[in-house]
Amino acid sequence: MRVHEYQAKKILSDSGVPVPQGAVAETPEGAREICHQLGKPVVIKAQVHAGGRGKGGGVKLASSPEEAERAASSILGMQLVTPQTSARGVKVRRVLVEEAVQIQKELYLGMVIDRAAATPVVIASESGGVEIEEVAASDPEKIRKVDVDPGVGLLPFQARRMAFELGLPGGLISSWGHLVSSFYRAFVDNDAFLAEINPLGILEEGRLLALDAKMNFDDNALFRHPKIEQLRDVEEEDPLEVEASRHSVNYIRLGGSIGCMVNGAGLAMATMDLIKLCGGEPANFLDVGGGASVEQVENAFRILVSDRAVKAILINIFGGILRCDVLAQGVIEAASQLKVKVPIVVRLEGTNVEEGRDLLKRSGLNFTVAADMQDAAEKAIARSQGSNR
Amino acid sequence: MSIIVDETARLVVQGITGKEGTFHARQAVAYGTQVVAGVTPGRGGERVDGIPVYHTVREAVRQEGANASVIFVPPAFASDAIMESADAGISLVVCITEGIPTLDMVRVIPFLKARGCRLIGPNCPGIISPGKAKIGIMPGHIHRPGSVGVISRSGTLTYEVVFQLTGNGIGQSTCIGIGGDPIIGTSFVDCLELFEADPETEAVVLIGEIGGGAEEEAASLVRDRMSKPVIGFVAGRTAPPGRRMGHAGAIISGGKGTAAEKIAAWERAGMVVCENPAEIGATVKRVLAKRGRA
Repeated sequence: MRVHEYQAKKILSDSGVPVPQGAVAETPEGAREICHQLGKPVVIKAQVHAGGRGKGGGVKLASSPEEAERAASSILGMQLVTPQTSARGVKVRRVLVEEAVQIQKELYLGMVIDRAAATPVVIASESGGVEIEEVAASDPEKIRKVDVDPGVGLLPFQARRMAFELGLPGGLISSWGHLVSSFYRAFVDNDAFLAEINPLGILEEGRLLALDAKMNFDDNALFRHPKIEQLRDVEEEDPLEVEASRHSVNYIRLGGSIGCMVNGAGLAMATMDLIKLCGGEPANFLDVGGGASVEQVENAFRILVSDRAVKAILINIFGGILRCDVLAQGVIEAASQLKVKVPIVVRLEGTNVEEGRDLLKRSGLNFTVAADMQDAAEKAIARSQGSNR
Repeated sequence: MSIIVDETARLVVQGITGKEGTFHARQAVAYGTQVVAGVTPGRGGERVDGIPVYHTVREAVRQEGANASVIFVPPAFASDAIMESADAGISLVVCITEGIPTLDMVRVIPFLKARGCRLIGPNCPGIISPGKAKIGIMPGHIHRPGSVGVISRSGTLTYEVVFQLTGNGIGQSTCIGIGGDPIIGTSFVDCLELFEADPETEAVVLIGEIGGGAEEEAASLVRDRMSKPVIGFVAGRTAPPGRRMGHAGAIISGGKGTAAEKIAAWERAGMVVCENPAEIGATVKRVLAKRGRA
């Protein structure tokens, strides 16, 4: 799960990471008031989940409350286009108004889980303010990594070693140590997946400050972090994807014309790949779950037919232990209840597969029964071309 | 032969009194696996289809000589269940549970390593050595004993591949679903090494997907140490970057973990890479036929 910059900064600050003074505004007047309260020049930053906001005009400086109001009014409500958004951009509904500071140097501090080593890794670089992937490609020697032993956590010497390798001035070594250990705690205490402070500023007055922050959280751990779960901003997400997540259906909209319903994530991806290979475009990724219950099939149907771009539906269920006749009954009920108009191509495999196919054929609905995956993809593409809705 | 499991497995089912646990314990018994015990804390002394239930894994090991466990425990408690088995001296734990927090797994891995316990999964269908034993949720009837090893990060896609193999008259030595999570107990590399050493296995099918670097690590091993042919498929060529495709581990992040990179690494390592997921069975058949002639 993603959160906004202001939310990430609050979490980091609660763990002891120094962040700029500031607050969030939803109106230009609110931005003026925050600037007035701070009593100094401010930076106004669009709060959307996509990165690269500065490049799209989502970040502005203001030296007075009036300027802050004007800057906020130009950002709030805009469709912000950044390198990470679609061409249509995303609507800005909030701005973060923060004290503007004099920066001497920008660093990078990040943390992820190393999948192969199964350990948390803290990453720092003297090249802050740019994407860490770019630094990794151009100056790999500028990336410092510390593998953390999860049993003992981040140790003081590890943070210290990083500070010396980064060439920090002697006066900053202890505040760096404090900041990195606070950052580590914020990550593990909240079950984050990824955390970045980029840039981490060294100010002219000689202190460290988290100028920008990003945190993603482990969806699987949200059950034990109700406060983090509340930070979810569904307006940043595709409405159909939000609806799907309410029913525990894994759905991602892709934009093609063949709607897919598959049980299991790997088979769902393989089905999308096969559609593309056969000359079609998948409309979505949709995993109804390995077990593919009748209720999930119905939920999935509802989501698929809500996407107006879908011209044909391909159902690929490898039931295995599941009984295909029961599953076919569920598909028929859902399709007739929802009055699905687009052609539906079904590929079923599992126990009682013949009975299942028979039920589909005799249902009187717009079903095409496929023999295997390849046949299903080809038929779905062919049927989508003759389909109008 | 086969790898990791055979008819000597004495299985304890953790979470046997739950719906999934009961159903799959029955399926395992029907397949011929020796299911010797179940564990549900607070339900010790009961029986499920005659299988004795214990409060703890330690009792199941002492009373019934269990040496392998399969876990059907909800995600919040699953990491504890894995470690309980390892601590009780179980040498093979298969964790089916999907949705375990990643940081829980970060703590599990060193705990298991210190106790010499192998974990398969989590978030996996399990492992089957056809005709010998099945520890997991896969449909047993689609498998045939034979000489091709299957290793996969997926569940139903593995069934699809096995179905294609069997349909082409090709049996399997052992099929392992290693799991779709970012942190798993047994890797592609671990399984490849075991298959290379298994005299019964003639070829291996590797089913990868986007996210992480497990496929690239497998490529290095195949290039340097495998004499047997390895046929591969990578799911997710059409997956958009930055999105988690169902499995917690299936995500292209920071431009890394794409299908294209993985396929390129496999091709460089001399593997036969299938572009079409519907043709994996036929491709394996071709590779085996060619090998037979050589």
